[in-house]
Amino acid sequence: MSADEPGRQTRKRHERGSKSAVDGDEQRLVAAAELGDGTQPPPAVPATGESLHPELREQQSVMQRIVTGNALVSVLAVVLALIAGGILIALTNEEVARTSSYFFARPQDMLGAAWTAASEAYIALFQGSVFNSDGSTFARMIYPLTQTLTVATPLICAALGVALAFRAGLFNIGAQGQIIIGATLAAWVGFSWHLPVGLHLLLVILAGIVGGALWGGLVGLLKAKTGAHEVIVSIMLNYVAINLVLYLLTIPAFQRPGSTNPISPQLDETAMYPPLFGDTFRLHWGFIVAILATFFAWWLLNRSTIGFELRAVGSNPHAARTAGISVTKGYVIVMVLAGALAGLAGTAQVAGTEQVLTAGVAASFGFDAITVALLGRSTPWGTFAAGVLFGAFRAGGVTMQTNTGTAIDIVLVVQSLIVLFIAAPPLVRTIFRLPEPGQLTAKPRKTASTGGAA
Amino acid sequence: MKTSLRNIKRGTGLSAAVLGASALVLTACGAPPAEEGGSGSPAAEATDYRGCIVSDSGGFDDRSFNQSSYEGLKMAEQDLGIKISEAESQAETDFGPNVDAMVQADCNMILTVGFLLGDVTKEAAADNPETNFAIVDYSDPEFTDNVKPIIYDTAQAAFLAGYAAAATSETGKVATYGGMNIPTVTIFMDGFADGVDYYNKQKDANVELLGWDKKSQNGTFVGNFEDQGKGKTNTLNFINEGADIIMPVAGPVGLGTLDAVIEANADGKDAKVVWVDSDGYETAGKAEEFILTSVMKLMGNAVEDVIKTDTEGKFDSTPYVGTLENGGVALAPFHDLDAAVSDDTKSELETIKKAIISGDIKVESKASPQQ
Repeated sequence: MSADEPGRQTRKRHERGSKSAVDGDEQRLVAAAELGDGTQPPPAVPATGESLHPELREQQSVMQRIVTGNALVSVLAVVLALIAGGILIALTNEEVARTSSYFFARPQDMLGAAWTAASEAYIALFQGSVFNSDGSTFARMIYPLTQTLTVATPLICAALGVALAFRAGLFNIGAQGQIIIGATLAAWVGFSWHLPVGLHLLLVILAGIVGGALWGGLVGLLKAKTGAHEVIVSIMLNYVAINLVLYLLTIPAFQRPGSTNPISPQLDETAMYPPLFGDTFRLHWGFIVAILATFFAWWLLNRSTIGFELRAVGSNPHAARTAGISVTKGYVIVMVLAGALAGLAGTAQVAGTEQVLTAGVAASFGFDAITVALLGRSTPWGTFAAGVLFGAFRAGGVTMQTNTGTAIDIVLVVQSLIVLFIAAPPLVRTIFRLPEPGQLTAKPRKTASTGGAA
Repeated sequence: MKTSLRNIKRGTGLSAAVLGASALVLTACGAPPAEEGGSGSPAAEATDYRGCIVSDSGGFDDRSFNQSSYEGLKMAEQDLGIKISEAESQAETDFGPNVDAMVQADCNMILTVGFLLGDVTKEAAADNPETNFAIVDYSDPEFTDNVKPIIYDTAQAAFLAGYAAAATSETGKVATYGGMNIPTVTIFMDGFADGVDYYNKQKDANVELLGWDKKSQNGTFVGNFEDQGKGKTNTLNFINEGADIIMPVAGPVGLGTLDAVIEANADGKDAKVVWVDSDGYETAGKAEEFILTSVMKLMGNAVEDVIKTDTEGKFDSTPYVGTLENGGVALAPFHDLDAAVSDDTKSELETIKKAIISGDIKVESKASPQQ
């Protein structure tokens, strides 16, 4: 299980001299190592692994290929999921069910009803997430868009953390726990300390970051020092986090005076993110923080040494180690950063929209974040866009439910289908008759035309 | 080795996708399930009044307060011919947007369910003085006068259940456990504990209560309202410790208790259940023959009442407190186990009920609504 094991062996063999390398595996690793040892800064390891030795690319795990897949596949996955969701909406519609009983007698009735059901639901989804033409005032018309961005804020932050970890080859399932701990610490600073404007919010944000970073760093540390698998450790720490906050909410220090409900006092006004466009909208400055965080993640991955090392570790830990990059250090750093970003998401929750700490403060953002990072192909701006899209789903789902009576669960179905399609690029490629990525450079036209003819 | 593992993984991914796709196709072939959406019946369109409901994260199918409140609204739709809208919250982040969506939908009355919606309701009510609000299971002195809290002194009915259980127990041990340590749960357990105590004092008996210590306000909790497996384990533990009547206060988790009791009875033990919220004999859907009684919180009626008064233009913000006296809480009939409860006990229960109503017996719980 330990990533250290094969790496150490490789290094030993390497020390014995590259002449003795008989295994094809080793030769490639040594080649990769020499690439890294050169005086010239080595070329950035591309996430897609396109320019790597084709056989070396084969070595990449399935996960790496899924999390850094093709942008087109992402877009098409969303399209497919929306179509499938539309079919489900139509199928569960009462009018469609009624008209389907005489489908063969008069099919246009059922088809018309199905179209009405699906299109009305999606129009409501759009009205609830982007622009509501029925709004009484201009503020009401654009309210949905601000609502989308508000919901997107914690999603983007948490998903950036997941994406960073993906790029370093770690599957961070622990965003949920990191959000919870970040939110808990931020909320505690927010309601139990009473500080002047500015300083208070700053400390709340800092507390959120520290809380998340601690929880994430713990995963990285365990992975680096003991070889414990990050998926298992982070999932288990989610449980620890949720039960910890449940416990904290039963002690008076976290409860409202005179009440035993598991809900914290409201955060001080000074601890809250100020609204971005006035009190009419729920959108708060946390969104600006999310944009800054995205920029930071982009800079970190693409412009900094640490980012280069993280990507190297993610592409091939053995090669990275041979090239003199400390893989263990990389694991700790990336998990601290991932946790810090998730902590920011927790701050956006308690200091932005919820204003209180409850057991459900993280909603399902920690798990949605995985989907968002997948959809965004683990690039910072891709994740940002995917976060906004998921924010729109969540915000629009409310209007869809109240206006058309469509169950809000359909939004969850669409989200899940997106993951399913992203996880199965061959399926998407088959449906849209796209060529295999590998064949694209070899014989692009031929493949495409064959696909078209078939 | 490595390659083969990867191939397996890829194969799994593909077959999962195929499975998903075929599931979709299968759904398309099957009969579409009946939608329980709020499209409503246009038959009874007598009024423009719109009653709306926002659930907490449990959803309208939680076999607990969301469901009962929703059923109350449904009853109002049928009986009063009002229109209804509903918004189910998946998570706590949905509360604000859902309530706002209801305000935008021009609801006359917005019903919110649970203490978690307290802050959101308070704010929305202050911002929208023309809309009336009602909130189930929560009260706040800072509410504006367009909010009507609907709360319950459940301990009163639980007291009766505790007494009945203590009188019926053959092993001299009864038990209870909760979903979470929150007031709306512990109020059941407090009342139950008091009922057992009262029986011990009256009869000089020594019936023991497992799973809840009223003094320290601590006991056995599942930690959520979903894990039926844990409910079953808890119950089996209690039965092994010698308890023969168990009261789960954990919504659907209680179904795990029913499973455990069915098993125990198949093994020749004699275990019974006290259900909560609704009459379990009618709603639980299994193990009816082992349900001794239920501590009922009749939310549906209260919700319908509040809406009815509002349609008549007589809305007021005095909290509705469900008690034994007004029938907001009650002890369900013994149904199949009627013979297991002695006639003496039955008449004693009547006396105790009268004493609680008159105030001669005080049922006190930290979680009782303060008036």
